[in-house]
Amino acid sequence: MLGIHDPGIILGYLFSILGLVACVVYGLLFWNKGVATSEEIQEDLEWENKDHQLTEEI
Amino acid sequence: MNTFTLGLVVVIYLLVIAYLGYRGYTQTKTAKDYLLAGREIHPFVMAMSYGATFISTSAIIGFGGIGGVYGMGLIWLTALNIIIGIFIAFIFFGRITRRMGHNLDAHTFPEFLGNRFQSKKIQIISGAIIFVSMPLYAAVVLIGGARFIESIFEIDFSLALTFFSIIIAAYVIAGGLKGVMYTDALQGTIMFLSMFFLLIVSYVKLGGVSSAHEALTNMANLVPESLQAKGHEGWTAFPKMNSAWWWILTTNIFLGVGIGVLAQPQLVVRFMTVKSNRELNRAVLIGGIFIFVVTGFIYTVGALTNVYFYRESGQLAIDAAQGNVDLIIPNYINSAMPEWFVYLFMLALLSAGMSTLSSQFHTMGTALGRDFIENIFPKKKMNSMLISKLGILVAIVISIIIGYKLPGGIVARGTAIFFGICAATFLPVYFGALYWKRTTKAAVVWSILAGLLASAFALGFMHLKESEPLGICQAIFGAPTIASGYPWMIMDPIVIALPVSVVVLVLVSLFTENVSEEHLGKCYRGIK
Repeated sequence: MLGIHDPGIILGYLFSILGLVACVVYGLLFWNKGVATSEEIQEDLEWENKDHQLTEEI
Repeated sequence: MNTFTLGLVVVIYLLVIAYLGYRGYTQTKTAKDYLLAGREIHPFVMAMSYGATFISTSAIIGFGGIGGVYGMGLIWLTALNIIIGIFIAFIFFGRITRRMGHNLDAHTFPEFLGNRFQSKKIQIISGAIIFVSMPLYAAVVLIGGARFIESIFEIDFSLALTFFSIIIAAYVIAGGLKGVMYTDALQGTIMFLSMFFLLIVSYVKLGGVSSAHEALTNMANLVPESLQAKGHEGWTAFPKMNSAWWWILTTNIFLGVGIGVLAQPQLVVRFMTVKSNRELNRAVLIGGIFIFVVTGFIYTVGALTNVYFYRESGQLAIDAAQGNVDLIIPNYINSAMPEWFVYLFMLALLSAGMSTLSSQFHTMGTALGRDFIENIFPKKKMNSMLISKLGILVAIVISIIIGYKLPGGIVARGTAIFFGICAATFLPVYFGALYWKRTTKAAVVWSILAGLLASAFALGFMHLKESEPLGICQAIFGAPTIASGYPWMIMDPIVIALPVSVVVLVLVSLFTENVSEEHLGKCYRGIK
C-alpha cells in the first residue's frame, strides 16, 4: 500500500490514523459536553477566597 | 545560514516568549494560579502544552535519527502516543483526575496521591522521588538545548548552558504554570507547523508519497550487515521477530515511552488545569492532531532521508551524517530544505527543548516546595508560591550540576531512566487511585517503594545500557550486568519493575485497611 509492503508497518500507520480519527470524532461529538457544575464553580470560588486569605495572612 | 538573520529571528522569538511569560506573571496572584494555572486554561493551550511538554528536542532529533537508521517501525510509537498518550490518557485518566483533583483540592500530582489516600507520607515520598529522578531527565534536555545553541551560534558550551537556563528560569519562576503553558502553546504551534511543512516538502522532493515509499522499499538490499544482524530487514519493514532491534523497539520504546507517558507528573498535572471536562474533550481533538503530525511526520521523514541522500550522494543517511544518528535530521534539513525553513526548524528545536524543560523545572520545584518542604514542616505556615519558586531555582541548579558532573553515558540515558522509574512507581498507584476503590494507603506506599527498588535493581544490575556506565554491577560482581544472556540485558527495566509494583499494590491492598467510606465518597463525588 502506497509503496509499503510490510504488514507490520502498514498496521502501524493504520493504527496511527485510527487513533487520530478517534480523537477527532470524540472531540467533535463531545465538544460542548461536560461543562462545570454550579457546585464545582462554587467550590472554586471558596478555595480562591481561602487562597487569598492565606496569602494575606502570610 | 546567515547568522545575523538567525540572531534576529531568535531575538524576536525570545521577545514573544518574554511577553507570554510576563502575561503569566501578571495573571498569577495565588498558589492555585502558580501551581495549576488558576484551573481555567483554554483547551487549545492545554492540549498544545501537553503535547509540547511530551515531545522534547530528543524526540525530534533523536527518534527522527533512529528512523533514519532503522526505518518506519517507529510509527508504532506514534500509534501508541496517540491512542495511549492522548485518547486513553485524556478520556480515561484525565477526566477523573480533573474531577477528583478538584474534589480533593490537589495542586500537584504528589498532592493528588497524598490527598486521595489521606497520607502526607505518600505526598512526601512521591515529591522526593520526582525531585531526585527528574533532574537527570532535565539534564538531558538542558544539555541537548545548550549543545544546539553552541553549534548554531558558535559560542562556548558553558555560556550556552547558562544563557539557556536563565531564559527558561526567568519565565518559569516569574510566571508559574501560566507562564509555562502560554509559552508552551506558542512553542507547540511552531513545532506543529515545521513538522507539517517538513513532510509535505519531503514528499514533493522525492516524487510523491507512493514513489518515495517505493524507492525506500527498494533500498532494502542496501541495509549494512551490522544492522541486518540486529534484525533490520529494510526501512519500510518491521524488524525480524525476536531480533535485538525487535526487543529494543517493543520493550524500550513501545513500553517505556509509549506506556510510561501515562504516569508522568508534569503531564498529569495538566489535567487539573482546566475548568471542566468540556475543555478536556476539546483538548483530545487538538492533542490527537498535534501528536500525529509532530511524531508521525518526523519518524516518516527520518526514514525517507535515506532516499534523498542515496539519490544525491549515493550514501545512506547515517553515512552522510558520519555515523552520528543525531546529525541525520539536521543534515537533511540543511541539505534538502529551503533556507527560510532552516530558521523555522531551528525555532522548532529550541521550542521543543524549552517547552519540555520549563515543565520539568516547574514540576521539580513544586515537588520540592509544595510536596516535600511544606509537609516536612507542617506546623509552619508557608507561602506555597514562594517556596515553589525557591524549589524551581534549586531544581535548575541541580540539573545544571548533573549535566556537568555525571558521566555522559548516564546523562544520555536520563530520559529512559526517568520514564521507567515513573511508570514503575506511579502508574499502578495512579490507576488504583482512579479505578480501584479497594486500593489502600499502605499498599500505595509499598507499591511505590517496590517499583522504585525494582527499577533501581534492573537499571543498576540488568539493563546493559545503564548498568555499564553506572559501573555498580562491575564493582560488585565483576561484570557489567548479571542478566545472563539475551534478551534480558536489552529488555527495558519496566518489563520487570512494573509487574512487581502491580503485584505489591494488589497483595498489600487485600490485606490492609482501606480509607473510610466517607473519604471515598468525597473523592468520587460527581464522578460517574
